[in-house]
Amino acid sequence: MVASNSELAYNSKIEGDVIVSRADAVINWIRSNSMWPMPMGLACCAIELMGVAASRFDIARFGAEVMRFSPKQADVMIVAGTVTYKMSSAVRRIYDQMLAPKWVIAMGACASTGGMYRSYAVLQGVDRILPVDVYVSGCPPRPEALLDALLKLQEKVKREPSASKLLSA
Amino acid sequence: MPAAIDAVAALKARWAGVTDRPSLDHPAVNVPASDLLGVLRSLKEEHGFDMLTDVAGVDWAAGARPRFTVVYHVFSTSRHEYVRVAADCADDAAPELPSAAGLWPGADWHEREAFDMFGIRFAGHPDLRRILMWDGYPHFPLRKDFPLAGIETVLPDAEVVAETGTGAIAAPMAGGPFVAAQGGTNMGDAEPRAKDESWSERRPKPNS
Repeated sequence: MVASNSELAYNSKIEGDVIVSRADAVINWIRSNSMWPMPMGLACCAIELMGVAASRFDIARFGAEVMRFSPKQADVMIVAGTVTYKMSSAVRRIYDQMLAPKWVIAMGACASTGGMYRSYAVLQGVDRILPVDVYVSGCPPRPEALLDALLKLQEKVKREPSASKLLSA
Repeated sequence: MPAAIDAVAALKARWAGVTDRPSLDHPAVNVPASDLLGVLRSLKEEHGFDMLTDVAGVDWAAGARPRFTVVYHVFSTSRHEYVRVAADCADDAAPELPSAAGLWPGADWHEREAFDMFGIRFAGHPDLRRILMWDGYPHFPLRKDFPLAGIETVLPDAEVVAETGTGAIAAPMAGGPFVAAQGGTNMGDAEPRAKDESWSERRPKPNS
């Protein structure tokens, strides 16, 4: 049993077991290293996304441990592929069902801008319906590019004022 | 069993309205809309064309008469032969043909696609809804008078529209459509590029 520590003064018995830090740093460290992706695989980019998740590239090394197909368990939506107008409402609804804090990576040319589909049927960039944090170029991007996007997103998360946001929420 | 050529001859002997259609590959016939179902049934039940491989719409041009044609490809799985059947829609404003879904269940989705893209209605179809675009989409995208970039339209989900304030827009063409060319030794030459590069979003199209 561990009793709650009410001692405010210096205690030599726990010396070396205490780390002093800022709440932001701790919260962001936890968040950025356990960002589970919601794989919004809509086209060929999803094949590269599978490659990123599989053993050769293994996105789990960077804390994106497992793809979660339930929006409630996911932190970062990776929009991988062509978003048609018909699909766009579903994409937005799934994003709405994710719990805050949540982030979005637009993977590939189609998700970022509509890509080569200058067409009546394709959403011209998923940022028209979602707040995108990181865009990845490529058609499709190399798996390394998506890993780099995740690292970029982690850097961004580490700069967020998480504690004040939590308190003001 | 008779060959596809004989089947076409038999059709022409039985229906006065059935005429030869110019074709580079398979035997093909033009059929008036009133005889269409009879011809297709005869091909299926008497001539052994047991598989419907495609139903495709054609829009000849706004103002052309007839404007809409539907082309059926039927296949015989025993003789491995095709016959092509084309039927013109009598009404150019509200094109309509009888549905072949009662003969081949596979016609169901083909006809839904032709309806979705061209607005050709199929009388007697069990469930004639759009199949690619969303329900309530007001245009028929593969008609000749529909621009490739699209027309500004409201998205189907009112909640998402209220949340995001976005809709279907006319896609920026920037001198497009973008087409790939035959590449030589330099693969960069084969990259898709606009046919007319004299204008873009920043530089307006000359003389427009």
